[in-house]
Amino acid sequence: MSTDSIALNAVNAAPRPWSAVVHSWVTTVDHKRIGILYILLALVFLVIGGIEATIMRIQLIVPHNHFVSPQFFNQMFTMHGTTMIFFVAMPIVFGFGNYLVPLMIGARDMAFPRVNAWSFWLTAFGGALLYLSFIGGYGLYGAGAAPDVGWFAYAPLTSPTFSVGHSTDFWTLGLLVSGIGSIGAAVNFVATIICMRCPGMTLGRMPLLAWMNLVMGAMVLLVISPLTAAQIMLAIDRFLGGHFFDTQAGGSAVLWMHFFWIFGHPEVYVLVIPAFAFISEIVPVFSRKPIFGYPVMVAATVGIGFVSFGVWAHHMFTVGMNSYANSFFALTTMVVGVPTGIKIFNWIGTMWGGRLQFKTPMLFCIAFLFQFLIAGLTGIMLACVPFNWQLSGSYFVVAHFHYVIVGAILFALFGAFYYWFPKMSGRMYNESFGKLHFWLFVIGFHLTFDFMHIPGLLGMPRRIYTYEPGRGWEIWNLICTIGVFFQAAGILVFVANLARSLLSGKLAGSDPWDAWTLEWSTSSPPPEYNFAQTPTVASRRPLWDLKHPEDPDLDL
Amino acid sequence: MSATLLTPSTLESQWTLPSRGRVGMFCLIAAESAIFIIFVVAYLFYIGKSVSGPMPRDVLVLPIFATICLLSSSITIHLALSALTREQPGAFRLWWFVTFALGAIFLMETGIEWHHLIYDKGLTIRTNLFGTTYYSLVGLHASHVIVGLVLLLTVLMFSLVGRVSTEHKERLDVLSYYWHFVDAVWVVVFFVVYILGR
Repeated sequence: MSTDSIALNAVNAAPRPWSAVVHSWVTTVDHKRIGILYILLALVFLVIGGIEATIMRIQLIVPHNHFVSPQFFNQMFTMHGTTMIFFVAMPIVFGFGNYLVPLMIGARDMAFPRVNAWSFWLTAFGGALLYLSFIGGYGLYGAGAAPDVGWFAYAPLTSPTFSVGHSTDFWTLGLLVSGIGSIGAAVNFVATIICMRCPGMTLGRMPLLAWMNLVMGAMVLLVISPLTAAQIMLAIDRFLGGHFFDTQAGGSAVLWMHFFWIFGHPEVYVLVIPAFAFISEIVPVFSRKPIFGYPVMVAATVGIGFVSFGVWAHHMFTVGMNSYANSFFALTTMVVGVPTGIKIFNWIGTMWGGRLQFKTPMLFCIAFLFQFLIAGLTGIMLACVPFNWQLSGSYFVVAHFHYVIVGAILFALFGAFYYWFPKMSGRMYNESFGKLHFWLFVIGFHLTFDFMHIPGLLGMPRRIYTYEPGRGWEIWNLICTIGVFFQAAGILVFVANLARSLLSGKLAGSDPWDAWTLEWSTSSPPPEYNFAQTPTVASRRPLWDLKHPEDPDLDL
Repeated sequence: MSATLLTPSTLESQWTLPSRGRVGMFCLIAAESAIFIIFVVAYLFYIGKSVSGPMPRDVLVLPIFATICLLSSSITIHLALSALTREQPGAFRLWWFVTFALGAIFLMETGIEWHHLIYDKGLTIRTNLFGTTYYSLVGLHASHVIVGLVLLLTVLMFSLVGRVSTEHKERLDVLSYYWHFVDAVWVVVFFVVYILGR
């Protein structure tokens, strides 16, 4: 008995017309194809969001620059933030989860394949709706305009008085639609991981990636829903003339802040927990050791999930809450650092004494460890209320959260790309180009975001379209912008490497990394049904047991 | 293409996991609860903050009859499902129809109440904060009732042509969880809007 794929003779199959290929991708309910669709959607938006960031950095390269107008600059930072969070980070995380979770738990598909496809197309539709604002923002009779209210869209800026035309309508409807898609995806993740595990795959034997996606899915259910509710309220205000956030009729602008950040802060953990998941799979394989402290990792993940629901108002210290609320949210914010620190020690413990292989995925993971640590430390600094009062809304905050999102989440995602690319495509990437991408991106990242802290400390507020000379900000802004071009070059190398490897890379085989989880037991790319026969597992590392029958993993 | 050999060494025949339908519905209910919580918080936060009338105590009347109808539909859907387990299709159809009818009466009562508020009392969604929060919260619940009624009606039609049998018990159980959830939400909405808010 084996799980060998049933031999489909690909060589003899006649090439299908392109319309049939497109039709098969559009109508697919296969979790692997939907995963790849999510990832491709995210990559398209990553390039768009990156161009928006580049436009902003070029505008800020010297004082009194006239590269873009102030109005256009406002649209750029709004669209950059919204795009990167909702249409890059979320879909890419869902894409990898979709692709990997069923393979790792020995299932043939997600629990609800059609809901899965529905969720993806809602997300794609939401993104299209957001970008339609560029041509439909003022309606059909004038030039279009994108939303310019900032990615957290504080009231009363979003009211019909201050947001004339339809740009904010596109923003709220786009996020409402993609939010419903996210809830569908989250239902699927939780149901899949609880109900679809193969025999022997107890919760204690699940790969950490599955555990962390379970926590992520559960969090999305409770995190995206408040945003959806708030968007419904905003839509009621804008379309039906309601007064939820209309301060003139007694409504409250602060209520929107609370609702937005009840979504907004746990959302960071929704994105970073899957990044932890990638690190937890990649670091052991390239250290040739099992993960250190598996149960503690699970407990820390669940702990982060819980605590992250109690930290949202640290985004609002400058609003003027009372001292009890300030103390509470400062404390919880610092507490979240504890399980996160435990994780960092566990990854170091995994690497400690291992035979490290510095392949491209591992390089990205190691950079993640350093950068995530620094991001966490500036987070602790900002959790101190008096410090926060001084620096809230400055470039220090911008540098801090880009350290999390780029330095941690994006680096982990690049690691995941290189690690699972052979499985998804069946071909190896080019290692030299991978390393070139890594070094370009590391240099660019540190040039941009290390030096971005300094103008923040010197008092440069975020979201300004230009600044006066002579405040000591010029040199730092210049360095930040130079870093962007290194990052862009890195992305170009990345895309070129993947495209070239996809066409002419050498065949990867089913298990190029000598790894231990179930996805490497299928062919690369896996057949549509994943496993010809449902596997049975007896430990956390089923492929280790298979390769070393004399020394099976002990169930701890 | 050869895949690595993976032999099931000890087949664990006793491998059972929770049903995905139930887990999926519980997830959906968790997400829906979060949406309702935000609307309820907004309602509570805005009680007494309207800058102009009409105020809740002037216009709201306790919808006792509608509440009794909706809450008893939770009992009748349970009776329908136990009739299905006992393989009594007639009793199933009867109780299922009663469930649908009770839900429909509730929705009708809401419609009558809204008509009265809009045309007799002059309260619309744009009148004041009370109007905005009231129509949003009650309307959000009513839209869930409508979804539930569509699902109930679909099953009713299938059962009238004899297409519902004991093998569908689990799916109908999942549907009934949704209906119970809609009822439970009404208890909260009733308490918040008609007791606390008045």
